[in-house]
Amino acid sequence: MKDIHLIALTVNGEEHEIVVESRRTLADVLRHDLGYTGTHIGCEHGICGACTVLLDGQPVRACLVFGVQADGCDVRTVEGLSDGEELSDLQKAFSRCHGLQCGFCTPGFLMLSEAYLSEQDGVPDEAQVREVMASNICRCTGYQGIVEAVRQVAEERAG
Amino acid sequence: MVKYDIPSSSERSEDKDTEWSVVKPAAFTYHRAYDVNDTIAQLAELGPDAKILAGGQSLVAMMNFRLARPSALVDITRIGGLDFLAKDAGGLRIGALTRHRTVETTKVDGFEVLSKAARWIGHYPIRCRGTFGGSIAHGDSTAEWCLLTVLLEAWIVLQGPRGRREVPATEFFHGFFMTAAEPDEMIVEVRFPRPAPHAALTEFSQRQGDFAVVAASARLDLAENEILTSRIVLGGVGPQPAVVDVDLAGQPANEETWRAAGEAAAAQVDPPSDGHGSGAYRKKLTATLVARALAEAAA
Ligand SMILES: Cc1cc2nc3c(=O)[nH]c(=O)nc-3n(C[C@H](O)[C@H](O)[C@H](O)COP(=O)(O)OP(=O)(O)OC[C@H]3O[C@@H](n4cnc5c(N)ncnc54)[C@H](O)[C@@H]3O)c2cc1C
Ligand code: FES
Ligand code: FES
Repeated sequence: MKDIHLIALTVNGEEHEIVVESRRTLADVLRHDLGYTGTHIGCEHGICGACTVLLDGQPVRACLVFGVQADGCDVRTVEGLSDGEELSDLQKAFSRCHGLQCGFCTPGFLMLSEAYLSEQDGVPDEAQVREVMASNICRCTGYQGIVEAVRQVAEERAG
Repeated sequence: MVKYDIPSSSERSEDKDTEWSVVKPAAFTYHRAYDVNDTIAQLAELGPDAKILAGGQSLVAMMNFRLARPSALVDITRIGGLDFLAKDAGGLRIGALTRHRTVETTKVDGFEVLSKAARWIGHYPIRCRGTFGGSIAHGDSTAEWCLLTVLLEAWIVLQGPRGRREVPATEFFHGFFMTAAEPDEMIVEVRFPRPAPHAALTEFSQRQGDFAVVAASARLDLAENEILTSRIVLGGVGPQPAVVDVDLAGQPANEETWRAAGEAAAAQVDPPSDGHGSGAYRKKLTATLVARALAEAAA
């Protein structure tokens, strides 16, 4: 017997109504039921951060939230960052600073950075940026480019 | 805009049993509670295999590994009014649904140790979602909140079918994720009876954000340069937070005292060996971390 629920959620501004089994994580629902495959899955127990999305503005591990819990919520995924073909400032900075190589971790890092930068008043110092970027795992870049990209955007946004 | 081939909802529901039914956790039924009494009633009805779901930062990870297979979950994250830090008769109350991140970003006079210690808990997104009550209920022996409730002699406030009761943190943690809470009870808040202006927590972990190999916390009452009372609580040296029997009353607040207290604490513990460190290594960490925690508490 499956425990199923009808939920409504908004993903990147688009409304979805969908039937989900309670044990499907938000990552499963986004990827498999709604087709937002930009959200990646690595470990499925909260360590790697590849699945990071914004749930009502807060960064969360989508593998540690059940889809049914997102009922009535506003979700933002990596697909919502760009404006059409035009990449966001953060995406451009990752590209410019070589903040990605294989790109597997990138959606998670982008959403993590997006959440972190949106709650900053001033420009965070490098130590703070490093501490936050340690939330996620990147096997390729060595993190230097990621930290640099986030720092640059923090400065640009502060004006 | 990138185009996705999103199946229509009718196609999706047809697909469900076949293509995309791969999931990690075992099946359970999901229930949502809107207030504390509702939670308790639902837990009673669903039986002892039902569990409360708060931030999910421990429980869902364990369910994904199938280390936990609850028959039902009661989601308490939509209960209003349990997300607070409130000054109360000289002390502090923290609501069960207060996120770690809220504690981190709220400075309360006399309780600075809480906001400072929060940064040791996992990572920023974990702290945005995990809750104070969830951490206490989970009862990990190295969890920062578990240690600090024992250090500051807090009270865990529980509500269940038999009413409300308060359990001292010193008697709450029974080791190996067992606590004094009954399966049909909910932690509603934690009450810290008095401020601790001279308190600190420090720890060592292999990587930033990991659980501590050893964590040390210390609280002092000081008059000028003399110690009036002291309390030291350790994590990672046994199955639950361990109160160290070292009394520094009457001693001067200086490096020599901190170093000697660290050695004395290390001599008292007999920590286990595991993949994160040997017992001997944990003893060394204990000596160093206790001295550091005391120095930071006195500063
Ligand atoms: C990568 C990672 C790193 C982490 N690092 C740390 C760390 O360094 N230190 C640390 O302390 N924690 C760490 N955590 C765990 C985190 O702090 C969790 O938030 C916390 O342990 C549980 O809180 P929760 O709200 O997520 O509870 P949940 O995971 O929802 O629940 C945990 C348990 O508590 C029960 N429960 C929850 N709320 C209540 C309540 N109000 N009343 C009764 N029972 C309840 C649940 O039934 C379940 O058994 C880490 C987690 C991850 C994923
Ligand atoms: S897949 Fe969610 S944290 Fe790794
Ligand atoms: S770019 Fe390959 S894992 Fe980060």
